[in-house]
Amino acid sequence: MTEPRRTRFKVKMARARWHLRNFFQTVGETIKKGLSKIGLGFLFKLPPFVRAMIYLAPALAILGVFTFYPIFNSVFISFLKDYNMFTGEVSGYTLLDNYLTILKHQAFAQSVINTAVIAFISVPLTIIISLAVSVALAAIKPLKGLFQTVYFLPYVTNSIALGLVFAYMFSGNANTINTQLSLSNAILKGIGLQPIAWLGIGATYWSAMSVILLYTIWNGLAFKIIVFLTGIQSIDKQYYQAAQIDGASKYKTFRRVTVPLISPMIFYILITSLIGSFKTYSSVVAIIGATGRITSGRHGPLDMRTIVFYIYDFLQNAGQPGNMSLAAAASIILFIIILFFTVIQLQVGKRRVHY
Amino acid sequence: MEIRLKNLTKVFTDKRGNETVAVDNLDVVIPSGKLVGLLGPSGCGKSTTLYMIAGLLKPSGGKIYFGDNDVTRVSPDKRGIGLVFQNYALYPHMTVRQNIMFPLENMKVSHKEALRLTTEMAELVGIADQLDKKPAQLSGGQQQRVAIARALVKKPDVLLLDEPLSNLDARLRLQTREEIKRIQRETGITTIFVTHDQEEAMSISDEMIVLDLGRLQQMDTPQEIYDQPDNLFVAKFLGSPPINVVDAVVKGKKIIVDGIEVASTNAKDGEYTLGVRPEDFRVVEKGIFTFKREDIEVEVIGRDTMVRFSVGDNKMVRAVVDSDSVRDKDVISINIKQGKALLFDKESGSVVI
Repeated sequence: MTEPRRTRFKVKMARARWHLRNFFQTVGETIKKGLSKIGLGFLFKLPPFVRAMIYLAPALAILGVFTFYPIFNSVFISFLKDYNMFTGEVSGYTLLDNYLTILKHQAFAQSVINTAVIAFISVPLTIIISLAVSVALAAIKPLKGLFQTVYFLPYVTNSIALGLVFAYMFSGNANTINTQLSLSNAILKGIGLQPIAWLGIGATYWSAMSVILLYTIWNGLAFKIIVFLTGIQSIDKQYYQAAQIDGASKYKTFRRVTVPLISPMIFYILITSLIGSFKTYSSVVAIIGATGRITSGRHGPLDMRTIVFYIYDFLQNAGQPGNMSLAAAASIILFIIILFFTVIQLQVGKRRVHY
Repeated sequence: MEIRLKNLTKVFTDKRGNETVAVDNLDVVIPSGKLVGLLGPSGCGKSTTLYMIAGLLKPSGGKIYFGDNDVTRVSPDKRGIGLVFQNYALYPHMTVRQNIMFPLENMKVSHKEALRLTTEMAELVGIADQLDKKPAQLSGGQQQRVAIARALVKKPDVLLLDEPLSNLDARLRLQTREEIKRIQRETGITTIFVTHDQEEAMSISDEMIVLDLGRLQQMDTPQEIYDQPDNLFVAKFLGSPPINVVDAVVKGKKIIVDGIEVASTNAKDGEYTLGVRPEDFRVVEKGIFTFKREDIEVEVIGRDTMVRFSVGDNKMVRAVVDSDSVRDKDVISINIKQGKALLFDKESGSVVI
């Protein structure tokens, strides 16, 4: 009995679409007529390139103001001496001074290490885990929708909020971890391990870093799983049937058929997530705190700031002459680091990616 | 390897629980070393049958035997089959060589031996000079050969081809079907191929299995099936232009159409369906049907001439006759060749001898 009703609904939808199309056509023609009346009819007679430019103008203007100008301006600012952002005063120009200051700065070196640890541990792990999860998701039929939603949820949730939840789950100081069990320590105790002061007093570099890594990995899964799952589901089933007849094992099929066939997606994810991880900031803020430092670690203070965090810290004191130039120089260095790894990836990709 | 299908049945159930019987109690023996065509209209269950033989689909009932072994529950890779997919399913990221070698990777074969076998197969199918290209750089016919080479490289006992020629253009189709026949002869491998094209099936198979609605209609050599169809479906499905079908009555050992006696028979009195192939007509001096030339359509196509006339209630009949026999004739008289009138039961459609 549902059949006729559904058909009726389809007919109604088709009619609605038809009317909608007619409506927009009429609107378009009206606008054209109106413009012709006030003497702007020539707009429709311009060469395609000029018309394209007119259509692109709003976007170009916004990109110009908020993207292109700042890029060139920060390169420029990085060459200024004692630049005061508010007064615009400059005591001179320099080519490398700001860069050398940054490179000699102990905190910058630490931030590069922190960022590299996050990038080179979390990116491969996220990709491997999300590949595994998407292969598993593609293989199951029942509850597939539920699992897809579960894995996608972090993507649509506020990352600071998630980070705070993580910080809470891994909370506790060395002297209280046994009495005030956070979720992670409760689990550790449950399986017979010692509770750990992950982030509080008595934390170590790797205890804090592993929380950041765990968060980064988990938070990065959602989008990657969706991309990989889409890729895997678009692979022709016949490749798998052929592999099955050829006696290829599950793992071999994955390595020789699935991975090469979705290699463009893996490559895209690799590049974007490596760039993304070099720009890590909010997760450290949420988990470690607004200073990015743990003041009383087991072996003294810990600096967990990433490169972007380090750059932003200059902006906290933007009034101090010269700080803007240092921030700009650090940004350019970050840009060069990202450029370097992206070029390497593109070179490797040429041989490894099958479009 | 002789293949026996015993009461093979496949039922598909959709989400709403509706059942479709794709293959219904199929019972055939495919002789060893032969090239056998599975023929039928789309949706007749021929591909389903092939995939069940391959092991990619699980039968709902019945058994599959390879020789004396029951392989019904054996996984595809252990059955010793090679399968060529309709769209070849060549791995696009591998070269031709890697594609052909892939099945060997999963067997205990040394690399040297694998390379030798690959080259040997490539030579057999005639693509030895294309080994370093990617599938996308090859023509459809070449891709087809790669797919056959990949299927044959592990020396299977059975080669299965799913619509092997459907993705090729007309000229390549002709060439490739000769090629398939040659490869089959040279290797002597039991080969089953699926097709909906009766001409293709007739031209290359040693034996043909005609299916309709998942049921076996007839199995025999192509010529036997063409000349002596078991039922009206087979008669109609084979032949181009198709067989002429008209209502007929048998009275006292005579077949009567539209009040005209057309042939004699041993069948009992009653109503029947008469089938006559277009080429089973002959132009004679004084025949059963006589027409003035301007009353009928006469179309000369080289050596043959198509004559179209109507019988009974405007039932169109096509006759293909020798062009010489109708030349310069104002009156054309047509007979049915001796013994070429096929009578079918009106109810069941099966042939009446």
